[in-house]
Amino acid sequence: MRAPAGERAIDGEVGLRDGGRRPSGWLRASLTVVVKDLRAELRTKEALNASLAFSIVVLLLFSFAFEPSVEETRALGGGLLWLVFAFAGVLILNRSFARELPNDCLDGLLASPLSPAALYAGKAVANFLLLMAVELVGLAVFGVFYNAAWTGRFWPLMGVVAMGTWAMTAVGTLFSALTVNLRLRELMLPLLVYPLLVPALLAAIQLTGPLALGQPFASDMIVWLRLLAAFDVIFTALALALIDAVLVG
Amino acid sequence: MREKVIIVLSGLAALVLAHNLYVMLLVLPDEAAQGAIFRIIFFHVPAAWTALLGFLAAAVASAFYLARKNLRYDAFAVAVTETALAFAAANLATGMIWGRIIWGIWWTWDPRLTSMLVCWLLYAGYLMLRRAVEDPTQRARIAAVFSIFACVDVPIVFFSIRWWRTQHPQPVVWGGGSMDPAYWNMLFANWAPLLLLGAALAAIRMRQEEQQRRLEALRRQAHAW
Repeated sequence: MRAPAGERAIDGEVGLRDGGRRPSGWLRASLTVVVKDLRAELRTKEALNASLAFSIVVLLLFSFAFEPSVEETRALGGGLLWLVFAFAGVLILNRSFARELPNDCLDGLLASPLSPAALYAGKAVANFLLLMAVELVGLAVFGVFYNAAWTGRFWPLMGVVAMGTWAMTAVGTLFSALTVNLRLRELMLPLLVYPLLVPALLAAIQLTGPLALGQPFASDMIVWLRLLAAFDVIFTALALALIDAVLVG
Repeated sequence: MREKVIIVLSGLAALVLAHNLYVMLLVLPDEAAQGAIFRIIFFHVPAAWTALLGFLAAAVASAFYLARKNLRYDAFAVAVTETALAFAAANLATGMIWGRIIWGIWWTWDPRLTSMLVCWLLYAGYLMLRRAVEDPTQRARIAAVFSIFACVDVPIVFFSIRWWRTQHPQPVVWGGGSMDPAYWNMLFANWAPLLLLGAALAAIRMRQEEQQRRLEALRRQAHAW
């Protein structure tokens, strides 16, 4: 006899919540969230447009304000880029869970057969992809405005940018969930996330500076790469461990 | 009971501090290179130790809150964090006073200064976060998660900033030098009153936090009638 639809849904929930035994279910669930979030964002473009416009404006204003020469760009490039990325990132992260508030979508998601960890992972990956897209445009604008040969070391640069962006989204997505019901949500998120991200941003700035100008990877940079990797691993694990406490309690 | 503990703790702190002040001001000689201002280290360094210990205790209490869901752990965490933040501020302030006199500048991006400042900002964020949440259990939950994140972050911040600074010329080289054992003993001896004072302050703050929650509960009950 076939189980009625309701029971099958409960079976599915058991499979999804027990990620250890059925990783495919867990992965599929997160992938659904990734696709849902990307589709919602590409249809409304509310965070993407704001984030893109903001990063271009900041890059433009910075160029007006300082008119950096080639040497100055070398010294400032990494820091400038990551400040822009950090601000642009918060604009995207702020919307990540706030998007689910109208029509009680967040309650719906939590009631669905989807573990909080899968929800978090899906949203983090979606935010990561969106932010990477914004950053690519930002890098292209940087290359034009500042005469930087940023494509010279394209793949190492992409690797570093991806690692830094993941640090930002892994921490930021958890804090987006944490602050979603707060007063002054939009203000609290950067206030909490930036100090936490200091080590990751520091490492990313040190690595991006030379790479964004097409210069080779110096051997003393390896320590920053290790730091960034360690930051990514530690905080992804911590976020996955604590997301239940944040979303469900 | 709690009252007596607080009185005993702060009384002990005052006694030990009076004795320490006598020794450090009248018995110990001025330091050869730095003169009288050197004595600020007896408050500067133990304040930093007390602050870091407090942040660690707050993270442990936060983990206990998440596991047991008892609001007493939350009250303990907030009390300890606030006290530790005060000690961190004392550490920064005494460091700046010392720097002004010995280095001639109020601030430099030295690894220890920078790390402590980032640490201070992190936990100032913790207190602001608590202000932004109304519901006590939601506040406790959110604050606990943040406290654990912050505590894991602190050592990474310290390492990263140390590496960052070693790539740049150091404005002033300090550390690696040896200190007279009499000074070392004083440094540890003066940690005791600061710890006692910290414990007393945390106990007062914890009592206040619990009474505030009781008051809020009574108020809600009154509204419900």
